[in-house]
Amino acid sequence: MNLNYYIVLSAILFTLGVMGFLLRRNAIVAFMSIELMLNAANLAMVTFALAHGSLDGQIAAFFVMIVAAAEVVVGLAIIVTIFRTRRSASVDEANLLKF
Amino acid sequence: MTTLIPLVSAQAVAFWGLAPVMVIGALIMVFARKAVHSALGLAMLMICLAVQYAALDAPFLFVVQIIVYTGAILMLFLFVMMLVGVDASDSLVETIRGHRVLVLLAGLGLVMLLVAAVYQGLTTDPVGLTAATQDGNVPSIAQLIFTRYVFPFEATAALLITAALGAMVLAHGEKLTKKVRQKEAIGLRMKAYANTGAHPGALPNSGVYARNNAIGAPALLPDGSIAEASVSRPLATRGAIVEAGDLVAPAHRTFAEIEAVHNGDVEDQA
Repeated sequence: MNLNYYIVLSAILFTLGVMGFLLRRNAIVAFMSIELMLNAANLAMVTFALAHGSLDGQIAAFFVMIVAAAEVVVGLAIIVTIFRTRRSASVDEANLLKF
Repeated sequence: MTTLIPLVSAQAVAFWGLAPVMVIGALIMVFARKAVHSALGLAMLMICLAVQYAALDAPFLFVVQIIVYTGAILMLFLFVMMLVGVDASDSLVETIRGHRVLVLLAGLGLVMLLVAAVYQGLTTDPVGLTAATQDGNVPSIAQLIFTRYVFPFEATAALLITAALGAMVLAHGEKLTKKVRQKEAIGLRMKAYANTGAHPGALPNSGVYARNNAIGAPALLPDGSIAEASVSRPLATRGAIVEAGDLVAPAHRTFAEIEAVHNGDVEDQA
């Protein structure tokens, strides 16, 4: 089967992730959109690993998953902290550093 | 191996069966009003993605995707949603004018650009992983991780420990104000009594009626008016207070009936 379809699917998912990040103001949903982008990139890397006959793509995807896990833990802790002080999970509310 | 249906492989079935589901999952994630629905859409997408990994000769990533992404990360999202409040749905008010239209245009442009750039990116036939994974997929990945990628792998260990510590420090709640203990509390009460004459003792009980003694029922003062302090303030703001008049009315009615019967008896005797 033509592996280009996987790349196109990855591009579509990545775009939906970008749109979700730009569109949603709930910080948790914006964060999930970032996860979607990472997943789309992973799909592309696994596809390229198969296309080029080398395992490096799969290992890169594995490292992306590790970094995503660490990032989610810290990011969600930040969201919880912001929610505790400002009683809101909206990205519009956290504007203390706004110029 | 001869295929029953020519040109249709299990990979193609997995792709064409699950790719629409994945796109639908992503659309649910982006456009669902409630954050929980978004998370469920993302879970659907990630499980389908794991199946795609299996179809792409990556059984190790198939398992890791389900355990780490769907099992750990998404459940963490759901837990935080529970902490932060499930009903924290987005408002429909646009803070930037034309925001949504612009986002849709940007998304359309980006997807067209990306698809145009990559849809014919792979021109040669796929090499396949049979040569690279002669010991099997997982042993080959392990061999690479512990030889060529050993230093990045060690760095991820440090990263994970740092992330865990950081999350603990960030999520640990510091008290913003000093905790009021019993001694300070009684001091505050006496001060309020001295300044405003507020009663320093316990608040009055909620009302006890023939048909209701719930905490939402207000107590009555001797003159028949409602004792405001007998119902807790959160209940009052939620409007969960039982109307005192409705509670007293049956008793008054019964008293009136008894009174009427009694008066009738008196008349009969006369």
